[in-house]
Amino acid sequence: MWDYTDKVKDHFFNPRNTGKIEDCDGIGEVGSLACGDALTFTFKLDENKEKIVDARFQTFGCASAIASSSALTEIVKGMTIEEAEAVTNQDIADFLGGLPEQKMHCSVMGREALEAAISNYRGEGDGTKPAADVDTDIVCVCFGVTGHEIERAIRENNLKTIEDVTNFTKAGGGCGGCHEDIQAILDRINGGESAERTKKKPLTNIQRMKLVQEVIENEIRPQLKNDGGDIELIDVEGPKVTVAMRGACSGCNAAQFTLRDVVETKLREYVSDDIIVEEEK
Amino acid sequence: MEVYLDNNATTRVAPEVLEAMMPFFKSEYGNPSSMHRIGGRVKKYIDKARERVAALLNADPSEITFTSCGTESDNTAIRGAVEAAPDKRHVITTRVEHPAVLGMCRYLHKYNYRVTELSVDKEGMLDLDELRNAITGDTAIVSIMWANNETGVIFPIDEIAQIVKEKGVVFHTDAVQAVGKVPIDLKKTPVDMLSISGHKLHTPKGTGVLYRRKGVKIAPLIIGGHQEEGRRAGTENVPYIVGLGRACDLAAEHMEDENTRVRSLRDRLENTLLNTCPDTRRNGNAERRLPNTSNISFEYIEGESILLMMDNIGIAASSGSACTSGSLEPSHVMRAMGVPFTAAHGSIRFSLSRYNTEEEIDYTAAQMPPIIERLRELSPFVK
Repeated sequence: MWDYTDKVKDHFFNPRNTGKIEDCDGIGEVGSLACGDALTFTFKLDENKEKIVDARFQTFGCASAIASSSALTEIVKGMTIEEAEAVTNQDIADFLGGLPEQKMHCSVMGREALEAAISNYRGEGDGTKPAADVDTDIVCVCFGVTGHEIERAIRENNLKTIEDVTNFTKAGGGCGGCHEDIQAILDRINGGESAERTKKKPLTNIQRMKLVQEVIENEIRPQLKNDGGDIELIDVEGPKVTVAMRGACSGCNAAQFTLRDVVETKLREYVSDDIIVEEEK
Repeated sequence: MEVYLDNNATTRVAPEVLEAMMPFFKSEYGNPSSMHRIGGRVKKYIDKARERVAALLNADPSEITFTSCGTESDNTAIRGAVEAAPDKRHVITTRVEHPAVLGMCRYLHKYNYRVTELSVDKEGMLDLDELRNAITGDTAIVSIMWANNETGVIFPIDEIAQIVKEKGVVFHTDAVQAVGKVPIDLKKTPVDMLSISGHKLHTPKGTGVLYRRKGVKIAPLIIGGHQEEGRRAGTENVPYIVGLGRACDLAAEHMEDENTRVRSLRDRLENTLLNTCPDTRRNGNAERRLPNTSNISFEYIEGESILLMMDNIGIAASSGSACTSGSLEPSHVMRAMGVPFTAAHGSIRFSLSRYNTEEEIDYTAAQMPPIIERLRELSPFVK
């Protein structure tokens, strides 16, 4: 069960300002049924078009999505458009006494609906996303998240990892096909410390053989020797590495798993992802 | 009122089970492997428990291995079978298995095993021709659940076991949800291995069983002492094993009640909800189904919200929605069945047990419609 604050529970069980203002000044409709949460946010300005006098929401989603929407309407009531524009997702989360990390995207949805509605008020967008996001590239296809949205969430919330980005924007939470792109955005914004580490250069055959030899010598053999076993490199042919298990490892029931668990994993990690290890009988 | 309708997640400990366990927390603390009488008399209780489990399955006691949980049983069966057949690199399972099976198969996939995940249709049923065509000479094991934990859909295990046997391949079934709810006769159904979880059968958490037919070769997962004839090392969890034995007796005793009274309570709840709440649908085949399980989608609203509203008035159930699990996508079972997103996010599983009463079911049936209505009023998709 989620560890929701009392404030979240209060706004879920007793949501404020539900419904839709028919003659609203601005409307924002974000999210979708497919994505699992969606919010329609409407607001009304006073006669002089200075302050927000009414704000209402309709939300499809979990408890924290409903509570975040409810909180959003309470926050913006009485604000000028300029003040409302400065509201961040963190303001929504703070208003509720915090949200679970994995639910932060609910507060982001609130902020996006607010922005979409403000854009709509100014005649800038169609009300389905903040104007700044119209025509920008979709990075996460599963949840329809743009690069701009991801970048903004990273900057505003000081995000460091792909998991953070998923928690805040949902991007990367589906098929995972966009993880590389998200990492690239993270690297670009955070200075790119970890960008190069995961990239392995293609090797020539000679380089590959040499590297396999080194890894077996320095990384694998010491580990097997601890268990009274040993390993010998027989052949390297393209991605196929043939080895012989010696000592306690030979004839051991667990040797098949040692091969895959230890030898293959290490070689894949250090040499290349396509390595297949076979045992010479 | 507190109504527990989440029995596919875990069950209430039967008082008879707890009573049977108590001496082994007190005076009967011996190690069943010991030479002395303090250990020896404990051993007799383990033997008795083994006989009771075997009786429920119509199996031989020597084919019963006690484990720590259903997941351990599933893991041992699959990993043990592939390790015992090192020249074979193919595993067959289904898209709707429990993570205890799917997770292990996907783990093997990382180590260059080819994994076939059989698909299901809209009602959650398998196409047996797809299974027939998938089996090759390279297949080390086929693992297909007896009944699905989310929908209760029962697979035709008799027929499946026969198909796999004819091809000479090892067949394992995760029967965690089926045991105790549907009759199982392993003298008639040729499964090679079968997993049980104790806490789905009214024992405390921490106990399971792997049935392994005589002659089927698997490597152990846990290696060490000679317990369970070397098939599962580690000192026996005596009180829990004794409790599980008692639970199997009780399961046999209550099997008829489960299939008559519990089934009619389930049907009553399901029919009332489908009739009183608009835009609802049942997920899974209505006929070939466990007697205790009902999976209903309330369209255009989200499962976690429904569950919290239910929890607030004392009704416990579970959901295949994304938000409850911490993942962002609805359950893999709902997706495999092609349940539309409008319905998958709002799917609720009600799972009953013999402890549920008519009063509880009527309370639930009466309390649900206002909850659904309230959440739909909030939803932008309901006009």
